[in-house]
Amino acid sequence: MNRRKLLQLLSKGAAAGAFVKLSGGLAQSKIPQGATDIMKVLGTTLREYGERSEFEKDVIRYISPNLRSRHTGADFSPLEKLDGVITPSSLHFERHHGGVPNVNPADYRLVIHGMVERPLMFTLQDLKRLPSVTRTYFIECAGNGQNGYRNPPDMTLTATRSRGLVSNSSWTGVPLSILLKEAGLKEGARWLIPEGQDAAAYTRSLPLEKALDDVLVAYAQNGEAIRPEQGYPVRLVVPGWEGSIQVKWLRRIQVTDTPVMSKDETSEYTDVMADGKIYAFTWVMDPESIITYPSGLQQISRGFHEIRGLAWSGHGRIRRVEISLDGGKTWKQASLEPAPDALSVVRFKYNWVWDGRETVIMSRAWDEKGNTQPTQEEFFAKWARNNRYHYNAIQAWRIGADGKVVNGDKTLAGAPARLGAVGRGGCGGES
Amino acid sequence: MRRKWFYVALSALALSALVLAQGRYQIGTPLSEQEVQEWNIRPSILANGVGLPPGQGTVDEGAKVYATHCASCHGAAGEGGAFTRLVSEPFPITKEVDSVDFAIGNYWQYATTLFDYTRRAMPFATPGILSNDEVYAVVAYILYQNGVIDGSEPMNAQTLPKVQMPARALLELDPNTQKRFPWIKLP
Repeated sequence: MNRRKLLQLLSKGAAAGAFVKLSGGLAQSKIPQGATDIMKVLGTTLREYGERSEFEKDVIRYISPNLRSRHTGADFSPLEKLDGVITPSSLHFERHHGGVPNVNPADYRLVIHGMVERPLMFTLQDLKRLPSVTRTYFIECAGNGQNGYRNPPDMTLTATRSRGLVSNSSWTGVPLSILLKEAGLKEGARWLIPEGQDAAAYTRSLPLEKALDDVLVAYAQNGEAIRPEQGYPVRLVVPGWEGSIQVKWLRRIQVTDTPVMSKDETSEYTDVMADGKIYAFTWVMDPESIITYPSGLQQISRGFHEIRGLAWSGHGRIRRVEISLDGGKTWKQASLEPAPDALSVVRFKYNWVWDGRETVIMSRAWDEKGNTQPTQEEFFAKWARNNRYHYNAIQAWRIGADGKVVNGDKTLAGAPARLGAVGRGGCGGES
Repeated sequence: MRRKWFYVALSALALSALVLAQGRYQIGTPLSEQEVQEWNIRPSILANGVGLPPGQGTVDEGAKVYATHCASCHGAAGEGGAFTRLVSEPFPITKEVDSVDFAIGNYWQYATTLFDYTRRAMPFATPGILSNDEVYAVVAYILYQNGVIDGSEPMNAQTLPKVQMPARALLELDPNTQKRFPWIKLP
């Protein structure tokens, strides 16, 4: 109830309840006055474009205060404030390399050229005329989980900052295979070099086999035109692969016999391994899961809780998600909802009665190919501590006797990783 | 009237037969090579040097380009500033090197990438303003600062693809990717 309404009520002499509430009196009603008052006045009118409730304004993407520019870097989907499996388009995580271009669809063109029989130019209308496909796929930044490289662990970590560089949408578009068939591939064609229409003219190399398999040239997200920050009017959707190869604002595809080795597949988005090698083309996103409730910086009370979280894998369907309530000693199977789709986020749930004792909870996902998430120790046995990408180790949350939830990851042996040392200006989104 | 509909149906059938025969939808406008080039305003440079334009630049010329367009973000000599560090020792990284210290001399694996990216995306706020000569020059300067070249010859379409980057020795194809795509070879 706002102040004006309260004054109105007082002046009408109908404010006994409100007065009691104001003075904190003993006879306070269990019924919120506002819940019934609202029925005495007309609501708002029809409107042409809907907005969420004014009371939901704190459900926003997380933008690190440490970024030196908001034209490059990333922000995070607020995972623990969302339900279901579809990420609202306005809360899909962002990653840009030169800001979000404001593309006029009337000027939009996609050109396919290089090792093709017929170089072709498509308008947006052309793309929409062709046969369409609608599928739900996750998109995840290769730098998701980058906060996991911090050692000792960041005690202010939330589910958002742990794994919020993933989002899940229904995408509609034309299969790239159709466009390539229209242009006609020449003998020896092996690679595609897609290019974005942003200031950075972002490029990557994509092997033709993947393009012919399931890649979409997408123009719609969750039933409406793709949001500008997700690539309006047209982007690539490369199911299960790292987000950085799913080029947004797609303007050009060059067909070649060799990869380009662009900056974002050499100096970035390459993995430093524990044996000192650097791996290129680490495209597929390994299985991940994150408990979103209860999670970092939340507080719970004794009694019943539905543990909730999200799981996904770039290898296929999630087959099962397990929950540990004792710091990883024993694991129990969570239920999944909806029935898992390939390369799409699934929600997991587990009924739990908290007895008020301090404990550490964890989740780990298994996909249909038998892949699962490593522990931190297992992860760092394979990847180097100065690597920046593909961190998918199990996230632990510690619940204190006071019900407060904080990062439950262990401090690792060896040299500490400096806070902010990871992914400077890069896709980890924090520094 | 019936006859007219018969011919309409017949021509529709003929059109769909034509489309199906070619296995194509016949949508999209064919472009000439000239038109493709007009669209291709920031052409990709492949690791073998294909796509490198005519022109050249020296270390000294590059120092001037760098001071004008790059130093405000990357530091007076490439040591890093508000944005990424560009210059390191000409040795590949080890797993002990902090990732903030990854730079061109110790992490970048292909010299051609430096030309491609600089012409494509730099300077950050005004990409596309450097001439090809200026890009060659600033690439020469940055490679020299990293100790990768000695600066005795200008950078151009012949010299740049021959520059060996120290970190190339560390780069391998991800073994899982190799399993799925056995034909892939890194340049």
